[in-house]
Amino acid sequence: MEVSAIRRFLLSRGNSAIADRGFHVLMVLCALSIFGIVVLIATELVRGSHLSWNAFGFRFFFSVFVDPDNQKPMYWDPVNGHFSALPFVYGTLVSSFLALLIAVPLAIGLAVFLTEMCPRMLRAPLAFVTELLAAIPSVIYGLWAVFILVPLLREHVNPGLIKLLGWTGFFNDDNPTGLGFVAAGVILAIMILPIISSLTREVMNAVPGSQREAVLALGATRWEMIRMGVLRNARIGIVGAIILGLGRALGETMAVTMVIGNTPQIQRSLLASGSSMASVIANEYAEAAGDLHLSALTEIGLALFVVTIIVNALARILVWAVTRGAPAQAH
Amino acid sequence: MNEQGNTMRAKMRTATDWLATSLAVLSTLMVVAPLLAIFIYLIYKGASSLNLAFFTQIPKPEGEEGGGMANAIVGSGVLLALASLIGIPIGIAGGIFLAEFGRGTKLANAVRFTADVLNGVPSIVMGMAVYALVVTPRMPFSALAGGVALGIMMIPTVTRTTEEMLLMVPHAVREAALALGVPNWRSVLSITVKTASPGIITGCMLAFARVAGETAPLIFTAFGNSNWSVALNQPISALPLEIYRYALSPYDDQHRQAWAAALVLVVLIVAAVSLVRYVTSRGVLKGAS
Repeated sequence: MEVSAIRRFLLSRGNSAIADRGFHVLMVLCALSIFGIVVLIATELVRGSHLSWNAFGFRFFFSVFVDPDNQKPMYWDPVNGHFSALPFVYGTLVSSFLALLIAVPLAIGLAVFLTEMCPRMLRAPLAFVTELLAAIPSVIYGLWAVFILVPLLREHVNPGLIKLLGWTGFFNDDNPTGLGFVAAGVILAIMILPIISSLTREVMNAVPGSQREAVLALGATRWEMIRMGVLRNARIGIVGAIILGLGRALGETMAVTMVIGNTPQIQRSLLASGSSMASVIANEYAEAAGDLHLSALTEIGLALFVVTIIVNALARILVWAVTRGAPAQAH
Repeated sequence: MNEQGNTMRAKMRTATDWLATSLAVLSTLMVVAPLLAIFIYLIYKGASSLNLAFFTQIPKPEGEEGGGMANAIVGSGVLLALASLIGIPIGIAGGIFLAEFGRGTKLANAVRFTADVLNGVPSIVMGMAVYALVVTPRMPFSALAGGVALGIMMIPTVTRTTEEMLLMVPHAVREAALALGVPNWRSVLSITVKTASPGIITGCMLAFARVAGETAPLIFTAFGNSNWSVALNQPISALPLEIYRYALSPYDDQHRQAWAAALVLVVLIVAAVSLVRYVTSRGVLKGAS
């Protein structure tokens, strides 16, 4: 920060030095509280999960118990103290992957339209609308999904998927409720779209206009200009935006809990019901059956915390690498 | 021959351009459509379910018609007040540090980065940490725990918006204050922060709107309560919690109330976001620069 000579002189006069120092220290402490929160979450989760860690170790994330009575795999059995996070890891990954598959093309399309094609008049209202999409609480998406999306999928979309793609084994009609990975993926896609699209817009805006003009001057069509002049320059930032969207999808709780079906199982069919890491915590944490159960849930939370920290840090670095140095943009 | 090839290619390129444009327009429509669907349905269902009882009565026992969510509305108010008490002062102070004291330092960059990363940590994880810290056998689920969880979530957002707003205050204003012999802390509080205060307030409202709809961390901190309660050491009801519970209940009347609660919540949030948008787009700091 550049301090002018006058200011340096005034600051060095020592006038009310104690109050100034105290104020400074107070502000620094409040800023440090942000580190404090991270440390607090980490220690509490580690402390809470050591019971499960001692009992299962790393096997917690991939072990399978086989029920001696019927030879079926059993992952999560609070009554007999069998805990394995495998079905939840699977559910989180599958629903997030489905969400990205749907959301990424749409989000990039929307960002391209808003930054490069949209008439100026429409730009602000459309940006506002997508911003609103980001402000709606998760539980309201869940409410909408339970009463509109799931019946729609059940009556109209799922039968079509089964008929068309049933032969792949990814879509079968074992589950008549409509709750499951597909429903979770679709609602997650709607929820992460705004964040991916607004960050993509930000990095595309950060590409200097001269790049666009240079490509256009060579006789490119508008799409060629976007592809070669804008998307190519912004690609690292767009990857960052997608990773940030992934981070949201991994940790999203309420809407997923309401539509995924909440059964701890691993099935090949995407129409089957399942459970995600966040949804099992939301469902069982308040009524855990014992210390080990609580500890196992805490360990799932710890895993979720570590993964989202890494994913978000990576995304921030990528976005920052592109927007750094770009002039501040009005959004 | 060559010329013919060129016209072919030009046609192909025009066609690709047209295709890309229509795909972009199509994806825009596909994004706007679900939003409109959600909004229209929410307003339709919510408005037809709202009545005076919703605001004045507490829930009836399971399966009985009628009743309202007065306790959840008040509960949400209590929780949000607690959260604001914790989140806003600490958040603003953090923002003051980033913009006034730490500009360009390694510490400030680390704080900024951590705040951004913390923003992406799932709220349910925050709830678990607060549960482990505050909820003990002596004090089970309580309003206090819920307020702490929401307050912690507000800090990073408030810090970052406060910093951005303070950065917009021109240097000359600070120097003018210091030139009058005002101590630095007073210059910061009554000149810089005051100049940026409309922006800071809108930032706080944004954080407020965000936690107003949070459900996941409340499930095992505030827990919910079907009776009147404003005591801080007792479980307390909140609108998002009731939406969650009622949406999954088997009774039509509870579904109706869930929609009504959702409408109230969304109106609150949209009003806050629109206000933020309106104030920032008008350039609140124009007069100062």
